[in-house]
Amino acid sequence: MAVLVDQNTRLLCQGMTGWAGTYHTDRMIQYGTKVVAGVTPGKGGRTHLGVPVFDTVAEAKQATGADASILFVPPATAGKAMIEAIEAELPLLVVVTERIPVLDMVRVREALVGSKTRLIGPNSQGILAPELCKIGVMATPRARRGPIGVASRSATLTSEVVSQLTGVGLGQSTTIGIGGDPVHGIGFAECLDLFFKDPQTEGIVLVGEIGGSEEQEAARYLRENGLKKPVVALVVGRAAPHQIRMGHAGALSAQPSDDAESKIKALQDAGAVIAPSAHLVGATMSEAFTQRAA
Amino acid sequence: MQLHEFQAKDLLRRYQIDTPPGQIALTPDEAAAAARQIGSDSLFVKAQILAGDRAAAGGVRAVRSPSGARAAAAELLGRKLATSQTGPGGYAVKRVLIEAGVDAAQAFYVALRVDPASGSITVLAGSHRPDMEQHLAAGAPGFETLALSIAGEHHPGELVELGRRLGLAEEAASRFGAVIGRLHRAFIEIDASLIEINPLILTTGGGLVAVDAKITIDDNAAFRHPETAELRSDEEIDQIQLQAQRHQINYVQMDGNIGIVVNGAGLGLATLDMVRAAGGAPANFMDIRTTAKSLDIAHGVGMILDNPRAKVLLVNVYGGGMQACDTVVDGLAIAFRRSGRVMPMVLRITGNNEGFAKTRLANFNLPKTEYADMGQAAARAVAIAQGRA
Repeated sequence: MAVLVDQNTRLLCQGMTGWAGTYHTDRMIQYGTKVVAGVTPGKGGRTHLGVPVFDTVAEAKQATGADASILFVPPATAGKAMIEAIEAELPLLVVVTERIPVLDMVRVREALVGSKTRLIGPNSQGILAPELCKIGVMATPRARRGPIGVASRSATLTSEVVSQLTGVGLGQSTTIGIGGDPVHGIGFAECLDLFFKDPQTEGIVLVGEIGGSEEQEAARYLRENGLKKPVVALVVGRAAPHQIRMGHAGALSAQPSDDAESKIKALQDAGAVIAPSAHLVGATMSEAFTQRAA
Repeated sequence: MQLHEFQAKDLLRRYQIDTPPGQIALTPDEAAAAARQIGSDSLFVKAQILAGDRAAAGGVRAVRSPSGARAAAAELLGRKLATSQTGPGGYAVKRVLIEAGVDAAQAFYVALRVDPASGSITVLAGSHRPDMEQHLAAGAPGFETLALSIAGEHHPGELVELGRRLGLAEEAASRFGAVIGRLHRAFIEIDASLIEINPLILTTGGGLVAVDAKITIDDNAAFRHPETAELRSDEEIDQIQLQAQRHQINYVQMDGNIGIVVNGAGLGLATLDMVRAAGGAPANFMDIRTTAKSLDIAHGVGMILDNPRAKVLLVNVYGGGMQACDTVVDGLAIAFRRSGRVMPMVLRITGNNEGFAKTRLANFNLPKTEYADMGQAAARAVAIAQGRA
C-alpha cells in the first residue's frame, strides 16, 4: 500500500473551475485519480470536466464521500479555504499555492490542532502514489510503483530523484512534497513514521535543504525510534551564500544550526546514508539496498 | 519588507509603545534644529540604514548639544556605513534620527516572531547583553520564550508572568505584560514576521521605552496593506534581484564565471553544490518560478548574458506539470537572439515536453552540449569555464 492515498482515494478540488484548477484536475483525472467533486463558491450545481461542482466543502463531502482535497486557490484566500476543509473534517488536504501570508498559515496551524485533517504543503507539488493516485502538479512520466518512499522540500528535485530511482530499478511507494514554506503541514518526521509503518515501503529518501529545522527533527525521530528501514538523505545548499534567500521562503540559512553541514551531520549521526551529490541519489539508494540484502 | 528604525517606532507609537522623543533629519542643520527642539543634553544621532549592529560600526553617536548633533550628522549623512550585516560595501546613510537619551534602570531584549517548528507567534525575551548577536546565533540560551495564540486568547496573567520570570517586580511586570500584549496585537494587524526591540529600557522612573526597534513585514501579505507600500525604500534592495523578481525569477548574483539557469529552488541549490564540488564557481543562483513564461525566462537568461564574468551557461531543467521544458528552451532562444553574445551552453533538460523542447532547441542552432546526467553537465561546464574543454 501507499501512504495517505491509494486507488480508492476520493478527491475534491477547491478552486477547480479556475485556469490552474481546470488544467491540473484534468491531468489528475487522466492519471487515474478519482476526482469526485469540485468546490467553487457561487458555482454550485454546475458540472465541470464531468465532475459535479458545489458551493462549499461540507456539501461536496456529504454528497460525494470525498476524503481528500487539493486547493487551487490564490494566496489571498487559500488560508480561509484550508480552514473550511479542516472544519469539514476532510482527512487529507494538499496545497500547491505559493506565497501565502505566513500569519494565515499560523491560523491554519491553530485550526489543525486537535482536528481530523492532515495538511500537505503549502507550496508543495503534492503527493503521488505512482500508478494509483496523483494529487498534485508533479511530472509523472518517470514515476513507477515500487518500494521507495520519498519525502521532499523541493518539487523539481523530487522529479529528479524519482527519475534516478526508476533508473536504478527502484519504483516508489509514495512521494510527498512537504512544501517550501517555513510554516507548513506534515514534516519529515511524520513522513518517516508513515513510511516505517507502511509494509510496502522498504527504503526512504529525504530531500532536504538549508533553512528551518525539518532535517534536525527527522534526525531526532530516527534517534528516538531507530532506523527501521534504510534512509538516504540529500541536503542541498552547501554552496549557497550565507544569509541569502534562495527562492524557497523556508530556505534561509541564517543560523549556524540550519546550514547544510549541520543538517548533514545530524542525519548522518542518526544513521541516514548521505547522498554525496544530487545526481547520485538513485545510486546511493541502490547501494544501501544491496548492503541490506548482503 | 524591512522597516527603518524611525518607521518602526512610528508604528509602535500607534500601539501605545513609548519611544524616546526624537526627530528625523536629512541635513546637519535639520539635525541641530531637531536637537534644539528635543531640548535634552543627552542625545543620540542614529544612522538610518536597513541593517543592524550599527553602534559597533560607529553609526550611533552620543552628543550633548545641537552643535554636537550637527557635527555628528555631517559625518554620517551621505556616507556609506558598513556593519557586520551590510557586507563590506555598506549602505548609504540618507537620514539620521535625533533622539533623547533615557535613564536606564534595566535593559531587555524582546522579540516576537513566527516560529516555524511550532507554527505560532513566539515571544523571546531576556536581559540585554553586549554580545547579543552571538547570543542569538547560539540559540539564545537562558532566554524566556512564550507561544501566543493568534486568535488573541492569551490570558493577561501569562504575559505578566513572563515579566516576573525576567526578574521584574510587580508593577514593572504588569507594565511589561501590557507591552507584550500591544506588540502581539501590532504583529497581527500589520502582518509582521518579526518585531524586535533591543533594548527595551526600564527607566529609573518605572516606564518601559523602546530605544531601538526592528520590524519586518511579510511581503506575501502586502496585498492587504496598501498603506505600508509607501514605507518601502528601494535604496538598499539589490536592483538586479528586484528586476528578476518582477519576471518570476529568484536570482542572486555571485562572484564566479558559470552562469546558471535552473527551474526550482531545490534544484537550483543542488546545481550550485554540483558546480562547487566539480571545482567551479557559479556566477549566479537562479530559480525560475513555475509562473514564469518564456519572456520572463529570456529576461533571466539575458541577465547572465549581460554579465561579462560569465563564460559558460549551465542549463539544468526538470520540466514539471506547471512549467514544461519547451517554455524554458524558448526563453533561452529569445535571450540569445536579443543579446547576440555567443556563449557556450551545457544543457541537461528532461521532464515534461522534453522531446518537443529538444526539437525546438535543434532548430535554434545554438552552440551547445547536452547531457542526460546533471552531474556530468556540471562537470563539463566547469571544464569549459576553466579552459579545459
